[in-house]
Amino acid sequence: MGGVVATAAITSSSEVVRTPAELRRAKILGIVYLVLGAFVLFVFAFGVEAGSTASFGLSRPTDTFEVPAAEVPARAFTIVIAVLFGFLGAVQLVRGFGDKANLVLGGVLFLFVLAFLTWAAAGKSFSMVGMLQATLVQAVPIALGAMAGILCERVAVINIAIEGQLLTGAFVGVIVGSATNLWIGLLAAVVSGIVLGWVLAVLAVRYLVDQIIIGVFINIFALGMTSFLTSRILVEIPDLNNSQRALPIKIPLLGDIPIIGPVLFNNNLFVYVMVVLAVFLQWALFRTRWGLRARAVGEKPRAADTVGINVFRTRYLNVMLGGAVAGFGGAFFTLGSAGRFDENITVGLGFIGLAAMIFGRYMPVGALAAALVFGFADSLQGKLAILQTPIPSEFLLMAPYVATIIVVAGLVGRSRTPAADGEPYIKQ
Amino acid sequence: MTVDSTDVDVAPDDDPGSSPEPSLLEEVAGTRSGLMEALVVPVLAVFTALVVGALVLVFTDPDLWEIFGTGEWFTQSWDSISGAYSALFRGSFGSTRAISETLVAASPVILAGLSVAVGFRAGLFNIGGEGQVTIGGMTAIMIGIKLTAVPFPLLALLALIGGIVGGAVWGGIAGLLKARTGAHEVITTIMLNFVAAFLTLWLLKTDFFRVPDRQDPVTQSIDEGAQLPRLLTFIDPQLRVHAGIIVALLAAVFVWWLLFRSTIGYQFRAVGHNPDAARYGGMRVAWLYVAVMGVAGGLAGLAGADTVQGVLYRGTPGFSGNIGFDAIGLALLGRSHPAGVVLAGILFGALRAGGREIQASEFIPIDLVSIIQALVIVFIAAPALIRGLYRLRPSDEGPTQLTKGWGA
Repeated sequence: MGGVVATAAITSSSEVVRTPAELRRAKILGIVYLVLGAFVLFVFAFGVEAGSTASFGLSRPTDTFEVPAAEVPARAFTIVIAVLFGFLGAVQLVRGFGDKANLVLGGVLFLFVLAFLTWAAAGKSFSMVGMLQATLVQAVPIALGAMAGILCERVAVINIAIEGQLLTGAFVGVIVGSATNLWIGLLAAVVSGIVLGWVLAVLAVRYLVDQIIIGVFINIFALGMTSFLTSRILVEIPDLNNSQRALPIKIPLLGDIPIIGPVLFNNNLFVYVMVVLAVFLQWALFRTRWGLRARAVGEKPRAADTVGINVFRTRYLNVMLGGAVAGFGGAFFTLGSAGRFDENITVGLGFIGLAAMIFGRYMPVGALAAALVFGFADSLQGKLAILQTPIPSEFLLMAPYVATIIVVAGLVGRSRTPAADGEPYIKQ
Repeated sequence: MTVDSTDVDVAPDDDPGSSPEPSLLEEVAGTRSGLMEALVVPVLAVFTALVVGALVLVFTDPDLWEIFGTGEWFTQSWDSISGAYSALFRGSFGSTRAISETLVAASPVILAGLSVAVGFRAGLFNIGGEGQVTIGGMTAIMIGIKLTAVPFPLLALLALIGGIVGGAVWGGIAGLLKARTGAHEVITTIMLNFVAAFLTLWLLKTDFFRVPDRQDPVTQSIDEGAQLPRLLTFIDPQLRVHAGIIVALLAAVFVWWLLFRSTIGYQFRAVGHNPDAARYGGMRVAWLYVAVMGVAGGLAGLAGADTVQGVLYRGTPGFSGNIGFDAIGLALLGRSHPAGVVLAGILFGALRAGGREIQASEFIPIDLVSIIQALVIVFIAAPALIRGLYRLRPSDEGPTQLTKGWGA
């Protein structure tokens, strides 16, 4: 499969003129592929016992159709991947892949993970379906947080308060959800997000406060307030910390498809909303008048103002919409999983959301993809503990943050920020 | 057109307050004139935060909800507030022991606050104090548990220097990334905070740091020779105040000298003032970013070493205790001036020490202190809120903007 991609890429890249920076990057990528290939060969391929197989479970006992587990001969499979990496690295160094470069990079990373899993699961069995579903669930708060960030940053308001908005949504959601029902709890979480979005907007747009400082303020305040109220109220009145939860909804027919069904179509509300919202926002930002105006405000507010777009109102609206999304995402921690709140339940996932936003290049669908990658890393470290690999889970937990630093530094790709990001607009 | 920076005509004792354009100090704080003016907003900000904290206290007490609006409610609310705030005072300044605890809590936050202040002066937002504190603390622990052959004053000094170096390297990474690739320090330092946290979690479990025969993630205790000596044990052996407060004050003097009396500090402030002009003036702005983040990281790393060598004597998960985030509010409150940072640090130290007393004697969660600190941050950063609330003369200050975008 990789070979087809490679040959197609060679023909298309031959006449592309490349800048020195791109050439340097291409060279680095080629070396990276070769190093990865050597790594797969020496660590993974020779690290497994000859003749051992890795068994990947593709269905669970509760599924409608039972699919036999995929038995992969560990050493042969990893050697094939290593050879493929060597080939791709050589092609990358000699010719480059032109506009397919990112596709190849993605493919290489995917295969590397597959080789890694084969190595880790050699001689054991490993529930692939279980891990993929865990990935999707782990991605929910990250993706929704990232989309909240995108809605703000596209109108040039920096939002590092995602963490605080998630935490508040989780807290308000569980209290109101416990006192009433799931749906009103969800609504309350969204409203709490809108309120925090409004605070951010007022301070940023009206009082022109430094937006990073506002974010720091909201984060410290939200953590302090929710922790304070948890010890003060939830401990005293435990009934307020025990809510209905959003249960998995199996979509008829689609949910019965082997492998895909249990992973994609048997989830709770939050997972479906995440996917639908990503696609919807992508369309809305790039195909509607609202989206065009929002982006204009984020790139060139003065010009947008000149053609009659109300910069202030656009910023207020989008930042509050972002808050609504973050509030909903926060409710996932309580209403979407355990049904109860604990201090600092978000454990920094809001900042991974921030990372996913940057990693996904300020695009909703890109952010969803990044969130899935980060969610995968997270569920992987959970599984690795079970497989007893020598890799410390801390390094996988660290991966999203390191990846973001690499992207921000432009070492691999570059994420372009809206031009006016963080600058308050002063009408003249 | 790279002129060596020393060729530039430098006026090292140039006071930022006298420049016609607002310096970063003024942008942070909005001050133009006079000590009184400089104190009004911070004092009112702290006062207002305490008042709002009191309201939070009253309105979140389930026992008071049932009697809301009655005369009883007012008297009980008042009892609750006065109980809390007198405990806050008792725990922070009420006795020799309380003052000692305040100083213990103040010394690391002063150091971390100086770190953020140096960044602000140079136009950089060091939000990575937390990571730098952690790495600095771990370096100090490493020296403290491995170089046990070295005798007391030398080992303590070495561990402190180790903390500075560890923090400086961690901060320097962000500076280097900004210098070489333009990556915004806010994003890189946030991410580095998490990298440091997970790295430390892993290190705590390695045989190098771990206590033999124990599985929990706690390091061995540092050698006695690496501990900062307690200062007042001759009065009362319970007094924990240690040499860290002296280290913090010396660091404040150093930062004052660095910023206002040295050539490189002048360059820091020039970059913070206007990086384009600084570049035009022949300064190597990219390398100044590395230097600024190195110095800022070093100060935060020293805060980590101070915590480890003065109080904890070992490393545990999350031993940095949010010092790096408190530091941001502290630098804002202290208007990024070393003297202001010391005063603000003592106030934040008092809040921490008093917060423990509130929790112990009044059963009010210590998180009230975080709420108050968050409110201080927003009132300082948005002085218009305070000026509006107290009908103060509106000043001609510009917007409080430190950061400009964060992408390319």
